[in-house]
Amino acid sequence: MARYVAKRVLGMIVVMFIVLTTVFIIVRLAPGDPASLMLGPEATPADVVALRARMGLDQPVVVQYFSFLGQIATGNLGQSIFFNQPVTQVIAARAEPTVLLTLFSIVIAVAIALPVGILSAYTRGSLFDQGSLSTAMLAASVPSFWLGLIFQQYLATGAGWFPVSGFGSPSATFFERVHFIILPSIVLGIVNSALIIRFSRAAMLDVLNDDFVRTARAKGMSEWRVVIRHALKSALIPIVTVVGLTFALLISGAIVTERVFNLPGLGSLVVGAVLRRDYPVIQGVLVVIAGLYVLINFLIDMLYLAIDPRVKY
Amino acid sequence: MSRSDEATTDRISANGQGLAPDEVLAVERLSTHFVYKNRTAKVIRDVSFRLKKGRTLAIVGESGSGKSVTSLSIMGLLSEPGRVVDGRILYRLSSGEAVDLTGASKRTMRRIRGREISMIFQEPMSSLNPLQTVGDQIAEMIWLHMATNRANARKRAVDLLRLVEIPGAERRIDDYPHHMSGGMRQRVMIAMALACDPSLLIADEPTTALDVTIQAQILDLMRRLQGELDMSILFITHDMGVVAEIADDVAVMYAGVAVEQAPVRRLFDAPNHPYTRGLLASIPEANRERDDKGQRVRLTAIPGTVPSLYDLPPGCPFETRCAWREEACLEPVSLEPCGPDHLSRCWKMRQA
Repeated sequence: MARYVAKRVLGMIVVMFIVLTTVFIIVRLAPGDPASLMLGPEATPADVVALRARMGLDQPVVVQYFSFLGQIATGNLGQSIFFNQPVTQVIAARAEPTVLLTLFSIVIAVAIALPVGILSAYTRGSLFDQGSLSTAMLAASVPSFWLGLIFQQYLATGAGWFPVSGFGSPSATFFERVHFIILPSIVLGIVNSALIIRFSRAAMLDVLNDDFVRTARAKGMSEWRVVIRHALKSALIPIVTVVGLTFALLISGAIVTERVFNLPGLGSLVVGAVLRRDYPVIQGVLVVIAGLYVLINFLIDMLYLAIDPRVKY
Repeated sequence: MSRSDEATTDRISANGQGLAPDEVLAVERLSTHFVYKNRTAKVIRDVSFRLKKGRTLAIVGESGSGKSVTSLSIMGLLSEPGRVVDGRILYRLSSGEAVDLTGASKRTMRRIRGREISMIFQEPMSSLNPLQTVGDQIAEMIWLHMATNRANARKRAVDLLRLVEIPGAERRIDDYPHHMSGGMRQRVMIAMALACDPSLLIADEPTTALDVTIQAQILDLMRRLQGELDMSILFITHDMGVVAEIADDVAVMYAGVAVEQAPVRRLFDAPNHPYTRGLLASIPEANRERDDKGQRVRLTAIPGTVPSLYDLPPGCPFETRCAWREEACLEPVSLEPCGPDHLSRCWKMRQA
């Protein structure tokens, strides 16, 4: 078991290293000189040279690369050119809506998908099964921005249950801010539940035909216990995997939804940073999102360990 | 709900009439069909047998003969769209009452499964839950049916592992199934099945997936435990050798019907039905490897294949493969006596 964990940690470090290198290269491959772009067409060549020096852009690429790695190792993501603040602070200020949106969406997605997937598998071929499959297909095909607009129209503007958009005033309490997050979370939850429904249905179908499920029935336990305690636990590995991947995708994939609902999250931050060519912020957000990806994958691997005693390599 | 309440709802005594005092199980004219949208597989037709306390009845037949479906019908574990369409399954509860399992409520069946009637399966590799320790799986059976606490259930689980002769039971109890060999796992299955002292053990090909040496050990174990625990065994197999080892009585099934029923000695000494004769002749014998001229003896096989359960011949189901067949075999034939405690479903052999 210790070997399994050590291997995963090592893998995590290697992946993170590759990610950082890729981020560094991609950002530098983008056309245009950030210093002259930032200063605008009227800037003197001397100003541009000065800014390039301040940003370290006059150094050889290799030097830039190692100072980039060194900074990140010490938790320093650089200084935002546009905000003139440390990138870590810029990100921290925008993290809350994204984190809340992601968490709520995944909770809603799982809350919809798991019962539907299990029941679909259990009543395979029934009206419910066919209905849930086609609904899931529909949910997966609907663009989240469209669903977002529809929900805004009917549930926010129409029924008035939720605010239409935004994240409240800076003085809003936590619960007021959460209120802003619920509608976009439902949108993302529904859209992302489709894949999880398909996966949990397939995984449960597999397991429900297994011999040990028949053994469980032969022991004289309730169907509920057979399905939840014996079958579902076995089906959890593929389900946990797809939930984890959905979770990771949501962190970066919330961008469109953040736009529709005008949430000041990481998505809108990175879009703005790209338009302004604010390299350190782009880099910083990419590093943070990639880091979360890697971390989530690591947590999935650890969950395997907790679920299945046969996992140990 | 208390036990007696349930007994009243299921009208146990009213439906269970017809079971002799020394009988644990009586299957009467059982028919189980799998009904699909546009066709019906008549998997079991008109099967009857009786099982006395402490005895072993072997149901023998090739795959598709309906022997496993018979056991699943008794357990109420038929998968969709399987349904008992006719007949009764009378069972004597440990309380002494007799109940017809075909009419029992889901609740009653849950109480009977594991507690009264236990089952072990063919595949010890896949029949245990891979994510639970064997101890937990045995203990689960105990606390499902008995008022006990965790510690006692665990202690009983260790005792059961000792009972099925697993060395180092105290240590092995925390093992997962994948730590164990096939034979060990089948011992665990047996331990689990015996956890609540059932009166009837249904063993569905329990030794088929095992090596021959392990097979013999498991059969020995089952025989010993049957004697110690005074339980009846319904043993399902396709292996005539295993039948000879373990059975008191035998029912031979073919294409969903019982073609012959007899005490084991009688069946081996004087098989009546052509199918039984074919089965017995197909057992390879070591000392018959060469004939009088020194030629290698070919293995005897029954020619042809089992008829489709969707499209059964109107008369004797074995008629399509039988060497003795006549015009009259196209007429339906019933199971009738051909000797002491001996029934056969062949009119021709009965006369011979």
